Amino acid sequence: MKISKIVELLGAEVVCGEDRLEEEVHSACGCDMMSDVLAFVKDQAVLLTGLCNLQVVRTAVMMDMKCIVFVRNKKPTDDILELARESDIVILTSPKRMYTACGVLYTNGLQGGTVAHS
Amino acid sequence: MSEPIRFHFDVDGDNFSSAGEASVQVKRMLRQIGISPDVIRKVSVAMYEGEINMVIHANGGDADVIVEPNKITIVLKDVGPGIADINLAMQEGYSTAPENVRSLGFGAGMGLPNMKRYTDDMKIESEVGVGTTVTMTVLF
Ligand SMILES: Nc1ncnc2c1ncn2[C@@H]1O[C@H](COP(=O)(O)OP(=O)(O)O)[C@@H](O)[C@H]1O
Ligand SMILES: [Mg+2]
Repeated sequence: MKISKIVELLGAEVVCGEDRLEEEVHSACGCDMMSDVLAFVKDQAVLLTGLCNLQVVRTAVMMDMKCIVFVRNKKPTDDILELARESDIVILTSPKRMYTACGVLYTNGLQGGTVAHS
Repeated sequence: MSEPIRFHFDVDGDNFSSAGEASVQVKRMLRQIGISPDVIRKVSVAMYEGEINMVIHANGGDADVIVEPNKITIVLKDVGPGIADINLAMQEGYSTAPENVRSLGFGAGMGLPNMKRYTDDMKIESEVGVGTTVTMTVLF
């Protein structure tokens, strides 16, 4: 799925990385516990989260993710956007809640992907 | 044999917002010197969890990364409260982190198990009231 499709499906606003919306992503994960992301993510390129701080971006950097979706319209601060820009990570904000956002992407074909260390 | 490459960071314990900064820098530096992506992933995730621990449990400390031709060693040293029962601390889900840390996305008791999972060797030396040194090695 192209990131631009995620933008459309989630009614999202692109707050960083406008130039990378044509990149393909193949799986996603929805999570608020960053240690869980660090433990179980393998090659999920999209992180949906209700948490909005610098550690979310750093976690995405660690896991080589391409796109972060902040659900429930959480507005990232400038330092978050700066780090995302430096790290080539697309940032989206969506008015949808976590459960709905994940459900919409899943039913449109974006898979959960495989789990590391299983 | 080429000389080991060393990186050193002072990890600030006073503000949570900088927690993880050193690990992001290490990831970039390892990429620049051409370390393979899966090794970088292991080193940077293990260091990230350890760095977060130093900030939330020990008021910061020193981080050193030593790159040799076939291994990378990460040494995280703090003068925090120490760990009384290391076996207990290593259990998944065990955490003494306060609620405010959990609301920041950490404190699920997965940090030390993650560090062990991503490294080939991990050693914890800790004394209550003196501090903790975690040494991790990733081989390649
Ligand atoms: N550097 C440290 N100094 C003191 N205590 C630590 C340190 N690192 C870990 N601990 C102790 O070990 C526990 C488990 O650590 P960890 O698995 O990373 O979980 P978490 O950080 O989520 O609590 C912590 O809650 C804390 O009590
Ligand atoms: Mg931890």
